[in-house]
Amino acid sequence: MGAGHGHRWFVHGHSPVHELAPEAKVAATVLFVLAVVVTPREAFWAFGLYVAIIVAVALVAAVPLGRLARRLVIELPFLAFAFFLPFIGGGERVQVGFLSLSVAGLWGAWNILIKGTLGVAATALLGATTTVPELLRGLERLHMPKPIVAITSFMVRYGDVITDDMRRMKVARESRGYDPRWLWQVRAVATSAGALFIRSYERGERVYVAMLSRGYDGALPDLRTAPAPRRDWLAALVVPATTGAICIAALVTA
Amino acid sequence: MTPPLELQEPSLVVQDLAFAYPDGRQALFGVDLEVRPGERVAILGPNGAGKTTLVLHLNGTLGGGRGTISVDGLTVAKANMREIRRRVGIVFQDPDDQLFMPTVRDDVAFGPANLGYRGEELARRVHSALEAVGMTDVADRPPHHLSFGQRRRVAAATVLSMDPSLLVLDEPSSNLDPQARREFAEIVLRLGLTTLMVTHDLPYALQLCPRAVVMHEGVIVADGPTRDLLADAELMAANRLELPYGFVLA
Repeated sequence: MGAGHGHRWFVHGHSPVHELAPEAKVAATVLFVLAVVVTPREAFWAFGLYVAIIVAVALVAAVPLGRLARRLVIELPFLAFAFFLPFIGGGERVQVGFLSLSVAGLWGAWNILIKGTLGVAATALLGATTTVPELLRGLERLHMPKPIVAITSFMVRYGDVITDDMRRMKVARESRGYDPRWLWQVRAVATSAGALFIRSYERGERVYVAMLSRGYDGALPDLRTAPAPRRDWLAALVVPATTGAICIAALVTA
Repeated sequence: MTPPLELQEPSLVVQDLAFAYPDGRQALFGVDLEVRPGERVAILGPNGAGKTTLVLHLNGTLGGGRGTISVDGLTVAKANMREIRRRVGIVFQDPDDQLFMPTVRDDVAFGPANLGYRGEELARRVHSALEAVGMTDVADRPPHHLSFGQRRRVAAATVLSMDPSLLVLDEPSSNLDPQARREFAEIVLRLGLTTLMVTHDLPYALQLCPRAVVMHEGVIVADGPTRDLLADAELMAANRLELPYGFVLA
């Protein structure tokens, strides 16, 4: 079954970072990313400090830096775009070896590279220290609209179930000798996708009936427990506070 | 002293229940059934006999046809729906349909929270329901990290937390390995609740339910001690029922 899927990003541990209330961590991550985005791209020193902050939090959380680095792979498609900027950018050009690169393009690429990487690293760190159910609870306590939290939670819950359905259908197809090599052979995949859609739709109906049977009346019950203790907020906000100070310094000196 | 079973007020009364689906397919043609408190009754019958349709009527999920149902004297009707759904706990066949919350604890809390329980009382109900099925140590795990047998037990806990007076199990032994099947049987016996059990697993019905009813084409065609029904070769054959290979009633 899908055991382990939900914990793809989570690094099991009991560090101080793991123990923090999820809403404090979510808020700290968002604020960190905001400060990073606002920082002028010329302030190299500031970005150096941001990287140091990420590394420091990862060390406290006992998240292996290698694993964190591998999570950054998700960013590659976006970086591909940044990679072309120095070549296609206009304006003043600079000669690097045999390449003639656009200065504005280089700055643009650098801007995307560093800010994107820091943002992805911060969220990867959040995911590595917070389980998905905790994240959902954090979002709920941060007053994310309930329907959105509910939809996300259904998505997380049934993503694995549907992936399993899909995998079983694929195995069953291949067990009957299906080995698509050409585009005109995708018909079986397409009809499977249709069947999967119908199955998921029917499952949705069964889930709804099961919910009704337990007294569901259109609103998910509010299971909000005690709010996060103040020290959790203080501890978590150290990160965005530091980042904010660095950002302001960078803005002032720029 | 409690009066003998046949003198007690029935827990469940189904009278002349008939139902046709919106597409015109008639599934029930007048079902009559009485279940006394503490009884465990198996509902047997081939696929398409109307067993699941009957189950979905018990808590008012389906309705609008002929006939009436009452649970502990309360009629299944729109005005009583909340209380009916507390009294009738249905454990569906696929636990993935029943368990939809991010953690086991939240899922078991879903029913009682809908009934308005909060705080300590809610936590107590969740704990005792999980304890009844031996699943307290998985409370904080996501349901999809559990084995199928564990999920079936948690699914049972999600209705036990509502303190039902009638437990309805839809194919409780399906997809369980032999050990999980036996463990689930032990839980059902230990709970001692009035129980209706829809199943194709005839040895399971014999083990758990002293009484059985056979459904065929939307009506109940036989009602009696499970052992007697299973021993009636003619009745069994007429209703596509067969003991598994190698099984003989001792």
